[in-house]
Formats: sequence, structure tokens, C-alpha cells
Amino acid sequence: MTKIKSFNELKSVQERFKAGRDPKKPCITICVGTGCLAYGTQKLVDNFREELAKRNLADKIDFRTTGCHGFCERGPMVVIAPDKVFYQRVGLADAGEIIDKTVLKGEIIDRLLYVDPATGQKVVHEDDVPFYKKQTRLVFGQNSKVDPESLEDYLAIGGYAALGKALTGMKPEEIIQEVIKANLRGRGGGGFPAGWKWDSTRKAEGTPKYVICNADEGDPGAYMDRSLLEGNPHLVLEGMIIGAYAIGSSQGYIYARNEYPLAIKNITRAIEKAREAGLLGENILGSGFSFDVKINRGGGAFVCGESSALFASLEGRAGEPRAKYVHATDKGLYDKPTNLNNVETWANVPFIIEKGADWYASIGTAGSKGTKIFSLVGKINNTGLVEVPMGTKLREIVFDIGGGIPGGKKFKAIQTGGPSGGCIPEKYLDMGVDFDELTKIGSMMGSGGMIVMDEDNCMVNVAKYFTNFLVSESCGKCVPCREGIRRMRDILADITEGKGREGDVELLEKMSTAIIDGALCALGSSAPNPVLSTIRYFRDEYVAHIKEKRCPAGVCKDLITYSVNAEKCTGCTVCSKVCPTGAASGERKQVHKIDVVKCTKCGACRESCKFDAIIVR
Amino acid sequence: MEEKVKEIIQRYSGDKSYLVPILQDVQKEFNYLPKDALCAVSTHLSVPVSRVYEVVTFYKAFSLKPKGRYQLSLCMGTACHVRGAELIARNVEDILGIKEGDTTPDLEYSFETVGCLGACALGPVIVVNGEYHGHMNIAKSTKLLKNLGKKVATDDQD
Repeated sequence: MTKIKSFNELKSVQERFKAGRDPKKPCITICVGTGCLAYGTQKLVDNFREELAKRNLADKIDFRTTGCHGFCERGPMVVIAPDKVFYQRVGLADAGEIIDKTVLKGEIIDRLLYVDPATGQKVVHEDDVPFYKKQTRLVFGQNSKVDPESLEDYLAIGGYAALGKALTGMKPEEIIQEVIKANLRGRGGGGFPAGWKWDSTRKAEGTPKYVICNADEGDPGAYMDRSLLEGNPHLVLEGMIIGAYAIGSSQGYIYARNEYPLAIKNITRAIEKAREAGLLGENILGSGFSFDVKINRGGGAFVCGESSALFASLEGRAGEPRAKYVHATDKGLYDKPTNLNNVETWANVPFIIEKGADWYASIGTAGSKGTKIFSLVGKINNTGLVEVPMGTKLREIVFDIGGGIPGGKKFKAIQTGGPSGGCIPEKYLDMGVDFDELTKIGSMMGSGGMIVMDEDNCMVNVAKYFTNFLVSESCGKCVPCREGIRRMRDILADITEGKGREGDVELLEKMSTAIIDGALCALGSSAPNPVLSTIRYFRDEYVAHIKEKRCPAGVCKDLITYSVNAEKCTGCTVCSKVCPTGAASGERKQVHKIDVVKCTKCGACRESCKFDAIIVR
Repeated sequence: MEEKVKEIIQRYSGDKSYLVPILQDVQKEFNYLPKDALCAVSTHLSVPVSRVYEVVTFYKAFSLKPKGRYQLSLCMGTACHVRGAELIARNVEDILGIKEGDTTPDLEYSFETVGCLGACALGPVIVVNGEYHGHMNIAKSTKLLKNLGKKVATDDQD
């Protein structure tokens, strides 16, 4: 693309690309986000291209590969414009049939439609799918409209208009005021007001100033940042450029997880294309403002999501945090004023600038504005990325959008905030989700992971899981985190192994307080949260483990035994075939039994039994 | 080896702040980080070898030991955990006869557990040399290893 030299020129380029996208022309859209690619979607894409070429339809039918649509549970997904016919779990060989029947003749292929489990009705159009219908897809919605590799696509939907407006019509201070007024809070975990951070960095002494996009999404169970960077990289980039202009920075960095190769590939390409088009680099849109962005791949350390650890890693050192008496806005990367925001925060910026702070602040609750993308995962029917206004009730997210718990099981808890967050029990399901409400009940927003747990999940085991994760991810610099969390893990391990002692729960609580007070960085001081919140809401499970040496959920190996329910067992012999130690045995059509001496409690029999005849107690 | 390392450092214009990505590229080239390669990075990037070692042992992505022909990564994200990833990990360990993070002596299989891969809908997930195998359970993980050519104890019973 040739260089765009002014805002007016940008507007005419946008118009040109918009005109090139006839809304009435059939367009086949396929999600090729990481989740869908894992289903083997690339093969389907190749098949579509081949079938279109065979029929000489490449000019008559648009074909677009896009980033994540969010409904990962139902991939591979195909949406056919103009009517937005929605096909899910599409087979790799279905390409030809979809073209011949649906695109050319307008016929609907029944077997590819989504069935609403609540009503049993088949849903034809994407907008009518309950999963999408109840969301407000402000930031994430663009993902399904653009090919992440195409700057043209992004310009066609009005992309970079906010940048044009900011550079030509607004002073840096005005932009900062607008972001403050919108009350945009950091989506990465802390929820700190972004506008104030920008203001501090702008006013700080020292040059150069840096802006950084934190794409080191380390929370296990959260992947919205990856999906944004991967599916709509120009949106994130546009937010960063606007921020850099407001702050007075000429150099930006994107620090991305190395585990996200597709996101890195797409943002790299987006940067190259933006540079080519004069949207990045020297004299952007003829405004005299210059800014460029480098990408840095992380080395796989959870602590590098913490700002000062991230700076250390960017400088080529081990990612250890430092004490925060000097703010990053004054001395950050290379000891220069640095503004760090996470991917989703940056992605919100263009909307605030384009539509105004008042509009933005009209969405959400008193203290938390706008929308939030959550990754709804775990024991949930509709796994995927969900964007809702701040303040939406947990119950709506889990049951209306998420479709409830699979297998008719009972909801037990929802975990938010990753290893720094907590487990929320059923009694808070009607609470509106925002930064402050979550903190009040002992959890936190974090980056937006929501892991649903059912009656089969042991909360002590969950606490041990997070503590284990934090032990292996602790950078080891400060004693409270390095030693404290390790001791807590040992106590939790004892409890799950039937070696728990009276007073262990109280000791865990006491240690938590010490770690919260003493740890150097936010990761350490929030590390006890999963333990504290499970004790707070599921204390009876701890007591059952310690006093009765019993795991009520049937998870902790040392406290359970496997046996066969004689009434349910049909003697199908499946369990005896999968049992690796020969503990499960029996004659065909006779009730089987499990030899507790040989049994290693691996769980293979239970998962393979179609009659739910394996009892774990 | 030294030539290859030099070439990788060149890609980053010899900028020390790119130590982590440089080491990632070196690891990609040799499948692990041999001692000589680390010394070469130290020499040509003018970074003390102790610093290189510090960085290599700090970040999870680096390995000082050679990896196997089949590299198995089991996702241990929270979503996979609540769907039983731990039981699968134990099963894979039992079959391969190694602990997570290790490689079989014949250099055929490496097994590691990783943080969230972001394919939560498919959980539990095992990635074998970049290929995703979703909706894993114990029996399926056994079958997966069988298909990779691993002799499994239950074979004898069939």
C-alpha cells in the first residue's frame, strides 16, 4: 500500500476499501484462531479454496479467514454472508456442499446448524445463537469482520479513524482527559485507571518515554489477549499509537508470550503493513508525530506479566520484579518513564476516542466502565470468549451465555482472576461482575479468566493446584513468596494426602496474612488468594479432609477407593480392558469388581464406564 | 555451531537486550541449548556466560538437555486441570517411565507439562510436535502413545 499522508487521504482510502466490500455479495467466513486451528481447520480452508477454484467462483464469492469468533466449543465454524448463516462443527469435507447448497442456492444444511440445548430448536443465523445474542461484542466483535493479515479489511470497517481524529483534531492532553473521563481501567489485572497512568508518564521527566503492550498472558485459563492480538492486531496497534501520541513517546514494545506463535506472526505483519501505509514510523499521517513498535518474545515465566519483571526481561535479564517505591511511570524500562497497558486495554482506546468518553462511560457500572472479555472455560457447555458490559450477573454469564454445566452436574464454584484470584461460590451468582465487586468477595478481575467447577471438583485440590503453579513460577527473589508459598503448598499436599492436622487451616490463614504483607510484588502478595477464598467459602471441605480423612468430591487419591456399583454394572468388560494393572476384572455379563490392592486409582475405568457404575468414595 | 550462533546474533544486530529471543532461536536450531552454543552467545554478544546461564535457567522455555524425537506437552491450565489433566499426566509418566520435564533415555519421547495453551474448549490437550490432540482422557492418551510406537503394558493382555 502506498503511504497515506493525511487524515483526509485516510478517509478516502477507507471509503475506497469499504466500497470494495459489497455487503450483498456472498462471503464465506471461517474462524482460524488457535482454538479452531487445533480442530484441523486449516485443511477446511484449503478445501474451500480448492472447491471455489474448481467452480470458477473465486471472483463471485468472497472468502475470508478471520481470527477467533469466541465460540471455541463449536469449531470449526463457518459463517455465510449476507444472511450470516451459521454452521458449526463443520467437517473437513463439507466445503463443496456448503458452496453448492447454501452459497449458490440458499439452501440450509440441517446437520451443520447449532441446536439450542435449552429449547431443542435449530438456529440458522449467527445473531440468533444464544451464546452471541446476550453479549455486547464491542471490542471483540470486529474479529469476525477482518482478516488479521489484511490492513485493507481493517480500513474498510473504519479502522485507524480514531488515530486520524486524535492526531489531527486533538491535543495530547485532551486525549488523556478523554481516557480519564471514560474511566478506562487496566484489563490486565490491577484495574488501575489507564488515563491517570498516561498522565503521570506524560508529566514525568526524562526521555525517551516508552509505551509497552503487555501480551504476556500467563493466567492459566485466559486467552482473550491472544485472540485479540491474533484476530485484530491493527486495533491493538491503533490504541498503542494513540497512547504514544498522548504520552509523548516515540518507541513502543509489544511483549508477547512465545507460546503464541500465531499472535506474534499476525502482529508482526500488522506492524509491517502499518509502516508501509504511513500509519507507523516517521511523520504519521503527516502530523509530524513519529512512533515505532518492536516485538519481544517472552521466555515463559508467569512473573513477567508483572511490570518491573517485564522490563527486566525486555532488557535481556532474568525477569525478577523490583520494589515499587519508584513508579514505572517515572522509571521503568531502562529507567525511563514507561507506560504499560495490557492488550485488551489498548484495544479499548480507539473506541473511546472515536465515540467519545460519555458514550463509553454509559456502558458498565459506576466504578467500572465499558465491557470486559472473559474466557469462560472448565465445566461449562459453551466454552469460549464472552464479552459483556461490566456489571453483568455471573448467573447470566454461566447459564444464559455459557449454557450451564455439562452432564446435568451441579455448579459448585467459579474461579476468577487466575492464580491471584479466588473461587466464588453459588451464593454470589447474582452478583454483577466488575473490578470492585470481585475484590469485595475475595477474588479479583485479573485478566478475565472464568473457570467453572462442578460438584466433582475438590476445592482443596484446586487450592493446591494454584499454589503448585505459583511455587514453580515464583521468581525466588523475596522470601515470603519463595518460602511461604512453598510451605503452604506442603501443608495443602499433606491435607490432600490424608496427613492434615488440626490447626492446619488456621496456620494457612496466618501464613497468608504474612505473605500478603511481606511479598515484594503483586504476584506474591496475591498468591494466597486461591487458598483464602476456598477456606472462606468451602471450609467444610478442608475439615472433611483433615478430620474425617475424606475427599467429598472424590478427587484426592489417597482418600478415595474405587468400587463397582453392582446394580449399574452390566458386565460389559470395558473397565477390565482399560485397566492398566488388571485391578478391574470380571466375566462378561457378570458384575465386575475392583481389587483395591492392585488399583492405582488412575481413573481409566471411571471415565470409560458408560453406565456410571464405578463408585469413587 | 559457532557460525550458526553468530548468524542468529546478526539477525538481532548484536543487541544485548534481545538475549532471550536469541537464545530461543539458538534452541530452535539445536533442539536444546548445548554448552558450546551458550559460550558462543556469551562471546559474540559480550554478555558474561554467568548472565547467559542465569537467563537460561530462569525461563521455562529453555532446556539444557536434548529433547526427544516426539515432544509431548500436556496443557496444565486451570480449564484442563478441572477436566482431569493431572490423571492424564500420571498416566503418560507411567507409560513412558519418566517424570514430567524429562526425556526417555533412547531420546524418543520428551514429556512436559505447560501453562495454558489457550485451547480450553479442547481441554485436556496434548500437543505432540506442534499437533494438537484434544478432549484427552486416560484411555485416549494411552492410545496416542501406542500410535507413536510406544509399547504399552495393556498390549500384553489383548
